Amino acid sequence: MLKRDLVIVGAGPAGMAAAISAYENGVEDILLLERDQYLGGILNQCVHTGFGLNYFKEILTGPEYAHRFIEKLKGIEAIEVSLKSFVVCLRADKTLTYFKPGALETAQAKALIMATGCREKTREMVHIAGGRPAGIFSAGLAQKLINIEGLLPGREIVIVGSGDIGLIMARRFILEGAKVKAVVEIQQQTRGLMRNVVQCLEDFDIPLYMRHKISKIHGRDRVEKVDIVKVDEELNEIAGSEFQLACDTVLISVGLIPENELIEMAGVKLDKKTNSPVSDEVNKTSIPGLFVCGNAFKVYDLVDSVSRDSADAGRLASEYLRGLK
Amino acid sequence: MKPYDVVIIGAGVVGSAIGRELSRYKLNIAILEKEEECGFGVSKSNSGIIHPGTQHPAASLKGKLCVRGNILMRKISRELGVDFKEVGELIIAFSREEIVRLMELKKEAELLGVPRLKIVDKKWLKKNEPNLSDEAIAALYAPTAGIISPYRLAYDLCENAIKNGVEIHTDKKVRGIIKSGDCFEIQTQNGEFKSRYLINAAGLCADDISRMVGVSDFKISPRKGEEFILDKKKEHIVNHLLFPLPSKVSKGVLVIKTADGNPMIGPTAEDASDKEDLATSDEGLKKALAGARKMIPSISENDIIAYFAGLRPVGFTAPHPLAGEDFIIRHEHKATGFVNVAGIQSPGLTAAPAIAVLVSDILRNNGLTMKKKFHFCGHHREITHLFAIPFSRTKKLVKKDLAYGDIVCRCEMVSAKEVQDAIRCGAKTLDGIKFRTRAQAGRCHGSFCTTRIMKILAEERKIPLTQITKRGRGSELVKEDRLDA
Repeated sequence: MLKRDLVIVGAGPAGMAAAISAYENGVEDILLLERDQYLGGILNQCVHTGFGLNYFKEILTGPEYAHRFIEKLKGIEAIEVSLKSFVVCLRADKTLTYFKPGALETAQAKALIMATGCREKTREMVHIAGGRPAGIFSAGLAQKLINIEGLLPGREIVIVGSGDIGLIMARRFILEGAKVKAVVEIQQQTRGLMRNVVQCLEDFDIPLYMRHKISKIHGRDRVEKVDIVKVDEELNEIAGSEFQLACDTVLISVGLIPENELIEMAGVKLDKKTNSPVSDEVNKTSIPGLFVCGNAFKVYDLVDSVSRDSADAGRLASEYLRGLK
Repeated sequence: MKPYDVVIIGAGVVGSAIGRELSRYKLNIAILEKEEECGFGVSKSNSGIIHPGTQHPAASLKGKLCVRGNILMRKISRELGVDFKEVGELIIAFSREEIVRLMELKKEAELLGVPRLKIVDKKWLKKNEPNLSDEAIAALYAPTAGIISPYRLAYDLCENAIKNGVEIHTDKKVRGIIKSGDCFEIQTQNGEFKSRYLINAAGLCADDISRMVGVSDFKISPRKGEEFILDKKKEHIVNHLLFPLPSKVSKGVLVIKTADGNPMIGPTAEDASDKEDLATSDEGLKKALAGARKMIPSISENDIIAYFAGLRPVGFTAPHPLAGEDFIIRHEHKATGFVNVAGIQSPGLTAAPAIAVLVSDILRNNGLTMKKKFHFCGHHREITHLFAIPFSRTKKLVKKDLAYGDIVCRCEMVSAKEVQDAIRCGAKTLDGIKFRTRAQAGRCHGSFCTTRIMKILAEERKIPLTQITKRGRGSELVKEDRLDA
């Protein structure tokens, strides 16, 4: 079994910031595990601008923002980057089991930082009735299909929920020549940033239906249309307000959940509602020496704040390691 | 074209069980399936329960074949390497009157030959099913009930049938049947087949197929069942399969243990008119939750991670259209050589191996020469699933084959190798891969792995990404490849 001072799981913005900061705070043996074949995590598919305004005082795209950290990482020998490395088991004593090309490894970390990000809530979690045809995508999956794979998932889109990724994707689809028929939000307020509502919807005349919900998805093989209905303050459907929109695609953008199944396996207490670690202090968990940073700790609006707080996790880990000596 | 000895219409669990059973004999056999893959009709919505035979009249075909199928399933699952777990079932009584009904059910089931039944009291229930409602006062315990993965069973039956010489032709919707001489000429949407014997295992379409040969004394009506899957974290919320007392139309809303660990609640039972309508509804959710909570009050709406609907093919026979609803399995003298296997709703999965033996007997009694092969191989090459084996074995596999260490579906830990295996065994669509490997069946519902699986499919099948479908033609995932242009 390998023994390492600090293991960091996830090399998106949070994991990279934590690794660099841990090194700058004196940690000399760092293993950074990334399941994908490149660094940068979800930033790679965020080709729009708007990143880095706080952190770098510049406007960058997602890949540009990631690139700044990747370049910095490259120069640090103390950080061993292991790509295509996927953790499947974590124990309370910070022993990790992970796949890497050609091997199933076990490593024990003195200190551990989990930077595993978050996943999107699904259609199933908001219980939308109807069929299960092709054409229902999480907004993030649609983003990956268009921006990374060069595939157009649909031509007539209805978006459920006004989360930031949904808003960004509304604009993205328009730029790709598709029609965005509506964004449907059950709440009274949009979930995403105001600047995204303005720049992604209003600037493109995309109708936003507040206090509405999709009550049914129609279609056997491919999405054909959706039923939309207005809801009252208790979110009950208002009779007589139903209407239909024809579309071939439904995007789901109803929020994010921290990915914390591994630390749950290790026995870290999680908040049942948010899936975040129960903690009084940012980045800390109920297990000493096990830190969580970035969207895995709480869902952030801006990557700039993720970088800032995750650097703190690197510092906390270095302090913890010093305390052990 | 030389005619087949036997053609089976429908590659669901029933058709494939019949195909595999007949492949013991020196016969030329083909199975025709209208969907792009096997098991995509009624079978894909099965709950995976191997029933003991506790809920059928003693004289019914359902009852007899269920009890026999329960025994045969143990051998078949061992041969095919499909995991069968005998977890037992409890039919719960909430009042003194219901205990009387339990006694009646017990008596009826014992007449059918269901073994080791007993009525258990509240004390037993508290100890063995601690999350059960305090309102429950007794139950009928049938220890021989079990669970199995309905997908793996259906696919392994198909693959084993193929191994023993059966041809399976997918994408072959039957359009017409002509009897010419002693052969049936079967016209499909693409291609014609000839056969001396014809078996109708067409599920929801069995009445349409039967009508094509001039037998129209029964009707198949769809009865919709909605099921709701709970998070794997709730795996141990029940120790047995839990049933309320059955009603006239269904076994009621159950709490079901499954082979994959996620408990399910449902199914509802609503008579439907459209044989293709698989939509779920808000009412279905309410009914399933109410029914499940009556037994296990702690189940909450937030535990639900997925849901689906299936259609039961309910057979109504003239002249008593509402009576019985029994299986319809018979040789049709009006069309010599034609065997109907219709109205196979619950307990169809359990009964499938027994139905296959019965059909084999019917064919023999109606003139088909059946000589045993010397080389029938009932054992199936087991496909390794990482989620089912210990890390020590995974460690060795990863060293031998890089593709085992390449995790595609992170929620369910499915490797590229398993996806490739599934495709080489016949998976052509995203749903086909999901049913075989569980990739995309976890909490993210494919958000992270869909693109990767599409690429593996495109590579293995040598087709463009724009032709990758969810479940067959018309369900293409993407509209256009911009890199192509």
